[in-house]
Amino acid sequence: MKSKKTESSTSWLYSPSPESTSHIHLKESYDLYINGKWEKPTSGRYFDSINPANEKHLAKIAHADQADIDKAVKAARKAYDTVWSKLPGSERAKYIYRIARIMQERARELAVIETLDGGKPIRESRDIDIPLACNHFFYYAGWADKLEYAFPTRKVEALGVAGQIIPWNFPLLMAAWKIAPALATGNTVVLKPAETTSLTALKLAEIIHDAGLPPGVVNIVTGYGDTGAAIVNHPDINKIAFTGSTNVGKIIQKSIAGTSKKATLELGGKSANIIFEDAPIDQAVEGIVNGIFFNQGHVCCAGSRLYVQESVAEKVIQKLKDRIQTLYVGDPLDKNTDIGAINSKEQLQTIDKYIKIGIKEGAEMYQPTCVLPKKGFYCPPTLFTNVAQSNLIVQEEIFGPVLTVQTFRTVDEVIQKANNTPFGLAAGVWTDKGSRIFNLTTKLRAGVVWANTYNKFDPSSPFGGYKESGFGREGGVHGLNAYVKLS
Amino acid sequence: MERLEILKTYKIYIGGQFPRTESGRYYVVSDKKGNPLANVCLSSRKDARNAVVAARKAFGSWSEKTAFNRGQILYRIAEMLESRKEQFVAELIKQGSMQKAAVKEVELSIDRIVYYAGWADKYQQISSSVNPVSSSHFNFSVLEPMGVVGVLCPQNSSLIGLVSTIIPVITGGNTVVALASEVLPLCAITFAEVLNSSDVTGGVVNLLTGTQKEVVTTLASHMDVNALVGSTQDLNSFSESAVDNLKRLIPFDADWMKVEAQGLHFVSDVQEVKTTWHPIENIGGATSSY
Repeated sequence: MKSKKTESSTSWLYSPSPESTSHIHLKESYDLYINGKWEKPTSGRYFDSINPANEKHLAKIAHADQADIDKAVKAARKAYDTVWSKLPGSERAKYIYRIARIMQERARELAVIETLDGGKPIRESRDIDIPLACNHFFYYAGWADKLEYAFPTRKVEALGVAGQIIPWNFPLLMAAWKIAPALATGNTVVLKPAETTSLTALKLAEIIHDAGLPPGVVNIVTGYGDTGAAIVNHPDINKIAFTGSTNVGKIIQKSIAGTSKKATLELGGKSANIIFEDAPIDQAVEGIVNGIFFNQGHVCCAGSRLYVQESVAEKVIQKLKDRIQTLYVGDPLDKNTDIGAINSKEQLQTIDKYIKIGIKEGAEMYQPTCVLPKKGFYCPPTLFTNVAQSNLIVQEEIFGPVLTVQTFRTVDEVIQKANNTPFGLAAGVWTDKGSRIFNLTTKLRAGVVWANTYNKFDPSSPFGGYKESGFGREGGVHGLNAYVKLS
Repeated sequence: MERLEILKTYKIYIGGQFPRTESGRYYVVSDKKGNPLANVCLSSRKDARNAVVAARKAFGSWSEKTAFNRGQILYRIAEMLESRKEQFVAELIKQGSMQKAAVKEVELSIDRIVYYAGWADKYQQISSSVNPVSSSHFNFSVLEPMGVVGVLCPQNSSLIGLVSTIIPVITGGNTVVALASEVLPLCAITFAEVLNSSDVTGGVVNLLTGTQKEVVTTLASHMDVNALVGSTQDLNSFSESAVDNLKRLIPFDADWMKVEAQGLHFVSDVQEVKTTWHPIENIGGATSSY
């Protein structure tokens, strides 16, 4: 099928509309936030954080090693023993509410830094990441003095010190998902952001400091995988919460096997997005685009496997190509941008590798004609048709703006195909028929199922996977489970 | 002349059938005085794999039964156990229990099954949630069974430990491959006969006898087993091999002879949480105040 280029893509040009960065204050270098103070790393080592949109240097970030982690865990333990575990839930709640409020006050600043540091479009960081992060603190703050209602007939205790390791795709939001429920349930925290996106976590440390949290309750330590490993292997940590790749998740699970450490793992996915012939097609096309190209496809629950019912396949694919042609790829700070920068050079290489594999496997590739910025890391939205269930690009998580398209005839067929994966994080179903939605959502083995929508999140809504997408839930009343000891 | 007693051959239970172990091997279980009680199947890795296949096959129909129906079937198990009470008491005594303790163990087992039968159509109501999201969606989270669950039955009891660990797992719609206590395995096989006569579809519970080293090692590394249930200590020995498909390891620690060693969490801990976002039409200006 030949794509026909839409008129709009060539004739409509938006004037640049960049978000201002003049109100952003970044320090030249950032130390580790341990025990309520900014501490230099023991090793004296720092690494560069760059803007993936133009490869410009943003700040120097401390690289924590085992000695630093030990300090942070000791601080967290002391804060747990002497202050935080003794505080009534209602007081913990007020601290968490304070954090939420200050985050709201500084929301625009956080959004701009998130975009500078991670490459995601400002529209997304401004309208999705940062508000959701604030709301998450608000939601869990209210749980702190109501835990007995969440676990009736059981005695609820905190676990102790939680070690939390978060990814680079939603830096501040993931920090909120981890820290808010941990604090609400009475734990103290050592959190490590990803090495390419440390800045908003460090800003959050400033906010937590301004909120007056007792020293040591939250410690933010930056670094690479070795820093994360030092957290995972520290003997005085009671709980590991990790969001990231399935491979690293398995390494973590192996290293804590046989210990008393509890774990929740939020890992990879290869989620199916299913379009039935009776679906509102234009709305569904928007949903497909949002499902896979949101945040450049750096989304664990991205709808990366598209299944279209055969009778409408031709129409849907054509509309999808037309829509992709109109997407703006470029400067993440521009408010018109739909697809920003790939988070890092390494990730761009991974995506390119999979695109090459897809071509080699015989799939048909479609990319829109678009001019990518010369500096920075970019990947055009990419579509693969004529793929088989066994193709690597259908089986493995790419974590980029790459969508595979398959067709199906019957409901049973698409359920089988959708479930034919070691992952089980999410799925999307598009149909006008309510009874079909419930049939599908019941039979898809995935933790989150969206009907006639995709990539929606809410602090009250539990999120997490089946099978190799990890275990444990974040959000909602079920998200409290991850941080409590029940007896 | 005194009548010659018919001795029972203890077999394993896979997919609703009572085969001997495919390996042909056995081990001898003796009473406290060292008198042999039975030649019990020493299940092999292949038996464990066959049991997983049977459990997976049974998962669809068992998990899709109505909650009410599952409750009825569980209640039927209790009825069947009640009617064979004497047999279990005798078997427990054979394995070293005192008369009074044996009666208590069997009665508690029956009562515990009835307890979980009652949970079958209630745990969902207690554990699910409707989530007030900030968009035009009906958002709710329900529990769904994890799938095929390996159960490491407690070593120190022949019946109550097995009942207390298997029953809550199937109450929630999972199917089970269980390894009986190595030293006290007799009630396990007799319990399989109870299951077989009580409307539990073949494959929902599969019971093996043998060693943890052989059977559980296979289950722990098996890519089609979704979770393992057992004591923290037992699970710890297999936690490393369980990583490959991110098996859920669910500790069941309790003194099972205690009346209170039962509860909702033994059902809900072996469940996944599924969240559904269902659209709500949002057009026009009518509000509830009309």
